[in-house]
Amino acid sequence: MEIKILGTGCVGCKALYQMVTEAVSELGITATIVKEENMEAIMAYDVIRLPALVVDEKVVASGRLLPQRVQELLAGL
Amino acid sequence: MGLDPLTGIGSALNFFFYDTIKILILLFLISAIMGVVNAYLPVERLRNFLISRKLYGFQYLFAALFGAITPFCSCSSIPLFIGFVKGGIPLGVTFSFLITSPLVNEVAIAMFLGAFGLKVTLIYAISGILLGTIGGFVLSKFKLERFLSDWVKKIHSQSAVETEQWEREHIPFFNRLPTILRDSLGIVGGVLIYVIIGIGVGAAIHGFVPEGFFETYLAKDSWYSVPVAVMAAVPMYANAAGVVPIVEVLVAKGVAMGTAIAFMMAVVGLSLPEATMLKKVMTWRLIGIFFGFVALFIILLGYLFNVLL
Repeated sequence: MEIKILGTGCVGCKALYQMVTEAVSELGITATIVKEENMEAIMAYDVIRLPALVVDEKVVASGRLLPQRVQELLAGL
Repeated sequence: MGLDPLTGIGSALNFFFYDTIKILILLFLISAIMGVVNAYLPVERLRNFLISRKLYGFQYLFAALFGAITPFCSCSSIPLFIGFVKGGIPLGVTFSFLITSPLVNEVAIAMFLGAFGLKVTLIYAISGILLGTIGGFVLSKFKLERFLSDWVKKIHSQSAVETEQWEREHIPFFNRLPTILRDSLGIVGGVLIYVIIGIGVGAAIHGFVPEGFFETYLAKDSWYSVPVAVMAAVPMYANAAGVVPIVEVLVAKGVAMGTAIAFMMAVVGLSLPEATMLKKVMTWRLIGIFFGFVALFIILLGYLFNVLL
C-alpha cells in the first residue's frame, strides 16, 4: 500500500513522517511512504488541518497525531 | 532555595522555577479542557456550521469564537484558509477566524492566567475575539477577493457546499478521555522548550534590568509607545508560550499593560513567516492590507487598555 503524509514541512509534519516510518517497520507492513509537500496537491484531498495521513489515496486522519494513534490507525488496516 | 532573593541571580532563579511549574500545570489543565471541546467540535464541523447556517451578521463573531477554540498551528493556516474559501465562506469571515486563532488559544490562555490572573486573561481573550470580529467585518467591506492568488480565485468561484465529510467515529466520552489527556501532555511537551526559553529571557530581564528602565521608553503617557511596540513586534516571531513570560516581566518593570498586550498580540498574530506562508494564497497587496488593518486595530486596542487598565 501507499502511505502519504501531507504537510508543508512544518515540525508536526516531520514528526508524523518519523512516526509513520517507525510504525511501519514495527508492525512489519509493506508500504511505500511518500511525503506530499505541494500545497495545491495537498488541497486536492480536502483536508483543513495538517499534517494529514493518507492511505491509498484515502484520508484517514488529519491534525496533530500521537505515536500510539498512528500505530492504531496503521495496525487497523 | 538557599539564595538571597534580594540578589539578582536569586530572584531570577526563584522566578524561573516557580513560574515554569505553575504555567506547565495550567497548560495541561487548559489543554485538556480544550481537548474535550475539540473532540466534540472539530474545526471541520465548525466550518460546516458557518457554511450551512444563515447567521444574520453574526458570522464574523462566530468565526472569531471558532478561531479561539480551535488549537492554532501555523502548519494549518493555509489549508484552513483554502478549506473555508472552498466552502464558500466569505473572505471577511475567514479573516475573522484567521485573526483570532493565533491570538486566543489554549497556550495563550494558560500563559496569561499564569502571568496576570483571571481578570486580565478575560480582557485579553474578549479583545482578541472582538479584534477578529471587527477586523473581519471591516476587511469584508473592501472586496478583497480580487487580490487572492489565481489558483485560489478559481477554487473560490467554483465553491460549493461539500456534503461529503470525513467524520470522526463516535466514541463514548470516557473512552476518549485517555487520548485527550495524552494529547494535553503532548501539547505541554511540545511547548515546554518555548516556555523555558521565554521564562529564561524573562528571568534574565527580571534579575538584571533595573527597575523603571523601560518606563523611560515605553511609559504610559508617551503617545508613541504603543505604535513603537507594535512595529517592533511584527518582524519578531514567537508563540504565546515564549512571549508571555517576557511580557510579564516588561509589565513588572513598568511598561504599561496596554502597550505590553499590544506588543504580545503583534508578536503572535502578525509575523513575517506567516506573511510568506500566506503568499501562497494571497497577493502581497492583500497581505499588506490584512497586516496593516490588524496592526492598526492592535494599536487602537493598546491605547484603549492603557486608558482602562
